[in-house]
Amino acid sequence: MTLALLSYALYEALVAAPTEQTMGDVQRIFYYHVPSAWTAFLLFLINFVASVYYLIRRSDRADIIALVSAEVGVVFCTVVLVTGPIWARPVWGIWWTWDVRLTTTLVLWLIYVAYLMLRRFSSGSQTPLVAAVLAVFGALDVPLVYFSIWYFRTQHPSPVIGKGGSLDPRMAHVLLINWAAFLCFAFLVCWSRYRLERVRRDVEETQALEALLEPRSVS
Amino acid sequence: MTYLYAAYAATWIIHLVYLGSVLIGYRRLQREIQDMARKKPR
Amino acid sequence: MSATSITRATLFKDLRLEWRSKDAINAMTFFSLLVVVIFSFSFNPTAEESRLIAGGLVWVAFLFAAVVALNQTWARELRNQVLDAYRVSPAPAEALFLAKALGNFLFVTVLEIVMTPLFVVFYRLRPLGTGWQLIPVAVLGTWALVVNGTFFAAMSIRTRSREIMLPLLLFPISIPALIAMVEGTTVILTGDASPRPLIVLLAVYDVVFTTVSLILFEKVLHAE
Repeated sequence: MTLALLSYALYEALVAAPTEQTMGDVQRIFYYHVPSAWTAFLLFLINFVASVYYLIRRSDRADIIALVSAEVGVVFCTVVLVTGPIWARPVWGIWWTWDVRLTTTLVLWLIYVAYLMLRRFSSGSQTPLVAAVLAVFGALDVPLVYFSIWYFRTQHPSPVIGKGGSLDPRMAHVLLINWAAFLCFAFLVCWSRYRLERVRRDVEETQALEALLEPRSVS
Repeated sequence: MTYLYAAYAATWIIHLVYLGSVLIGYRRLQREIQDMARKKPR
Repeated sequence: MSATSITRATLFKDLRLEWRSKDAINAMTFFSLLVVVIFSFSFNPTAEESRLIAGGLVWVAFLFAAVVALNQTWARELRNQVLDAYRVSPAPAEALFLAKALGNFLFVTVLEIVMTPLFVVFYRLRPLGTGWQLIPVAVLGTWALVVNGTFFAAMSIRTRSREIMLPLLLFPISIPALIAMVEGTTVILTGDASPRPLIVLLAVYDVVFTTVSLILFEKVLHAE
């Protein structure tokens, strides 16, 4: 575990540093912002797949994967939504703009936070099922969200936040390395969260069993 | 510029906060397991 | 009994119950009225401006009122243990869902019909575009809210703070539909562009979510 961490951390520090940019150093935020977004999308996709799998097979493992991927996905999504404005401010002079990608990410964040709240607030054994259903709704909604905001934007054009025309191959290289690093990081985080959840559920099960057996052992 | 540091810092702070909550979860669970072990000295 | 006859029977039962007590209708209407009045205190638009913002205001008001109605949807069933009876019977779950959704749809539509003249008067609205196109926008939009709302209301039954859970779940997922409704209404009022792509979007949204709701409802029903 530590090996993976160390090697990734090295990559990170080294690579995020070198390539200079025309927009100035601020542009480097891009190396954190974009991979975080891609990772978040990937995690949400995993959540969708896990949720569907749960609906078909009722696998407890699938449910935990769904929970974990949603949580970590929201974390990465938060990073995107925070680094976005921090990048936008010095470059375009505004904190926020309702452009397609940013707005879609915000809505995505809202949907999955709602998902997590449903998990937290729903009582009893049916949580996984209900959550999985919601996840399906949410995932199906995403393309619709994108289109609706896209339409809205073409009607009400706002400052264009382009990704910058062509990508210097060296920059692309840096970007991909950072993405790889973030993926490893995300995997580690997910894995440890998964273990936590797994142990927690086992403990709960044991406690439930003991509660059942209790009366007999007392007498 | 300072914005760059702010962004990088923010990213890691967010991640650390989450990892922190996971760690707290672990600790709490450890305590529970210890409690359970104590209550059943078998 | 066929699925459609069950749907119809359940629907009529709901309508009859509602007609006798008029709980939901009263609450919704009053709430809507309050929203309209409060909004008119916050904004004092000219006729031009009101065309631009009315779309948003109207649909926000209807959305809140719809949530009031939706929260009621399953409450009655829960009280009388109708859900358990339904689970045990061989009736298809989709029929129950459809009946509930249609019932809600009718309630909200009645509300809209009642409130629209008020809006027109308060905000001095006069559509510059093709007025009749408001009907597909309203119908498709209302259905979008109601179909998801009914489904999420069912999912929220077993949660703590269930009245909050419904809007919490409904609003983010409804964002595409809301955008389409509001833009559609605004565009028709201002006559700036054709609402057709938005109507298509709403139709797609409706088809997707109605299908998903019907397919998945059975799981939710049996989950409780």
